[in-house]
Amino acid sequence: MALATPARPAAPAQTGPPRHRTTGSAKRARWDMKYSPYLYIAPFFIVFGIFGLYPMVKTAWMSLHDWDLIGEHTFIGFDNYVELMKDDYFWNALVNTLGIFVVATVPQLILALFLANLLNRTRLRGKTFFRMAIFVPNITSVAAVAIVFGMLFQRDFGVVNWLLSFAGVDAIDWDAQRWSSWTAIAFMVDWRWTGYNALILLAGMQAIPRDLYEAAALDGANHWRQFWRITLPMLTPTFVFVVLLSTIGGLQLFTEPLLFGNGNMRGGTQREFQTLAMYMYEKGINSLNTAGYGAAIAWALFVLIGIIAAINLAVVRRTVK
Amino acid sequence: MSVSGRGSKLVALAAVTALVLGVTACGSDDGDSGTTAGGKPDKLVLETFSEFGYDELVKQYEKDTGIKVELRKTAQLNEYRPKIVRSLATGKGIADVVALEEGILNEFKTNPANWADLTPLVKDHSTEYLPWKWELGKAGDGRLIGLPTDVGSLAVCYRTDLFKEAGLPVERDAVTALWPDWPAFIETGKKYRDKTGKGLLDSVTTASSAITMQIGGDIFYDAENNIVADKSASVKQAWDISLQMVDANITAKTATWSPEWSAGFKQGTFAATFCPSWMLGIVQDNSGPENKGKWDVAGVPGGSGNWGGSWLAVPERGKHKAEAAKLAEYLTSATSQVAAFKLKGPLPTNLEALKNPDFQSYTNPYFSDAPTGKIFGGSVEGIKPVHLGPKHQAVKEQAMEPALRAYENGEANAKAAWDQFIKDAATQGAF
Repeated sequence: MALATPARPAAPAQTGPPRHRTTGSAKRARWDMKYSPYLYIAPFFIVFGIFGLYPMVKTAWMSLHDWDLIGEHTFIGFDNYVELMKDDYFWNALVNTLGIFVVATVPQLILALFLANLLNRTRLRGKTFFRMAIFVPNITSVAAVAIVFGMLFQRDFGVVNWLLSFAGVDAIDWDAQRWSSWTAIAFMVDWRWTGYNALILLAGMQAIPRDLYEAAALDGANHWRQFWRITLPMLTPTFVFVVLLSTIGGLQLFTEPLLFGNGNMRGGTQREFQTLAMYMYEKGINSLNTAGYGAAIAWALFVLIGIIAAINLAVVRRTVK
Repeated sequence: MSVSGRGSKLVALAAVTALVLGVTACGSDDGDSGTTAGGKPDKLVLETFSEFGYDELVKQYEKDTGIKVELRKTAQLNEYRPKIVRSLATGKGIADVVALEEGILNEFKTNPANWADLTPLVKDHSTEYLPWKWELGKAGDGRLIGLPTDVGSLAVCYRTDLFKEAGLPVERDAVTALWPDWPAFIETGKKYRDKTGKGLLDSVTTASSAITMQIGGDIFYDAENNIVADKSASVKQAWDISLQMVDANITAKTATWSPEWSAGFKQGTFAATFCPSWMLGIVQDNSGPENKGKWDVAGVPGGSGNWGGSWLAVPERGKHKAEAAKLAEYLTSATSQVAAFKLKGPLPTNLEALKNPDFQSYTNPYFSDAPTGKIFGGSVEGIKPVHLGPKHQAVKEQAMEPALRAYENGEANAKAAWDQFIKDAATQGAF
């Protein structure tokens, strides 16, 4: 910006009004130096304030009330949280969320590691193409993915059951049991996120100095040994970062299980795959008069993610040392 | 310097606050439809779910009055309800006229202040509709919040081609004669299973919906709106018959509104479903033009019944309440109700419409020219009003039906399913 140029030193001959003008522009310049940085960072804070901070504060306030979305609000203190601790369905949703997270994330990260290692080979042809290709699922709309996978995992006309029928397996009603619904949802999550994680891991792998591998090769270590002894240990910080990202995403899982369950907030007739986010929506939005309770679930979810992130951080600190 | 340092922070904060206010001020202008001279709105928004058959009527209204009408549709009631809730709670995107179904009407009645009193806005129509239907449009504080659109009535939609393959009669009176009562219906289902290996009925929950409404009385709530799901006679009876259907294996286990269910109409996964009049449009849409003439309409086991039906209401926060009420009045008039029936099947509640020869002689070409005007119209007089509590729909969809489906899928035994139902009914039904 032009204003940021420092004021020209005043010529000694000049006195009176011109001098006055110089101090004016110097003042402006100083003002500019002091305050414009706030203006530059303002957009983030404004957007965060409106869409991040305000909803959080409002949600906290709501969670202390018996809050009817289109009716009255009564202050009840921490009753919602006390109730929540005794609520079977809350704990059920928590188990589902963590369960789906484990079922989805473990194979996902192993596969991502494998893919990244493959793409890291120096002699691979069409490297850029493959790197782009594995990222494409990630930019596909979640709803589209969920709808398509929902059809693949249909009971009567689904492709998966059709393929399984060749192996002599009877038609599986995917959304009727815990294990099958979790598997189907894990497939959707993995399809979208494996490539994304593979790219991050690949970036981590490329930061490992080449000469380590060359030295290892000279010592007679094969590819497999190099992978275990060099790649994996050097990759740990990246790996923990990927785990952290997956955790945050996994705990907020919503669209995939919702659309898999045909748009019903229950997530299966016996809540087999209702996640915390879905339970929050059920209580907070779906049944009008329990919005305060829904807000309490939102805060419980927030605290939970905080705890898990803290554990992750502790692990990173230890491994990086 | 420390003082001026703090001062500068304050200035920065003030600048940021001003920016925020500027942004939100921009945001609060949500583009309401403008008003032309004389106070007439340019546009009215009409919010409906499923199929009301208003497409042609709305065009006619635009021509007659010069007011544009935006007709919004949402396929399923369980997606529609949250939209209405959101607009009522925030005042944003609120429609001028809103359709309310009987299952959710009472929930909205518990906060009547959200809805405009229509009595001063429209002419007195109190004697023109089925009396019970008219009365249900009133809130507890006496204000009129809804004008009656349709009732469901109840029939059975069945596939003539599949019935023929199974060696069952095809002609509609003969089909009605197959099942004078529910045990006879179950027997027919067993025969169908023996011959074809398939389920006769789509799912156990269409049956439970039909049976609870047919028996009537207090369903999930008593007259004082206490939850009585565990003691209610109609619930118990519907529950028992539903369980017998599952035990006899006569259903195709396709959960209503699921993709399996929608596809099942085309694929012939099942051969029959319970059809309130408004369901005809849905059966037709799901089955597609290639199955035209394969469906027909027969009577329901155990006589008659009613399932569904709606009202048109005007939100209190709407900008053009007087004009919106006029639109609702137009859409619920005798001629409009007959036109909507012909287009998509919602059954008239206006007494004059029910007597209209055009309505009475109407045959539906998609359903093998079934005289749907006569079949459904004839049953309207016999419909007994049923008391539905504030959260009827939530208890039905989130407590009773999941429990029945869990039993249907073999995930829960009879006792576990019942316990699950009663537990959920208590939480879902609280208001």
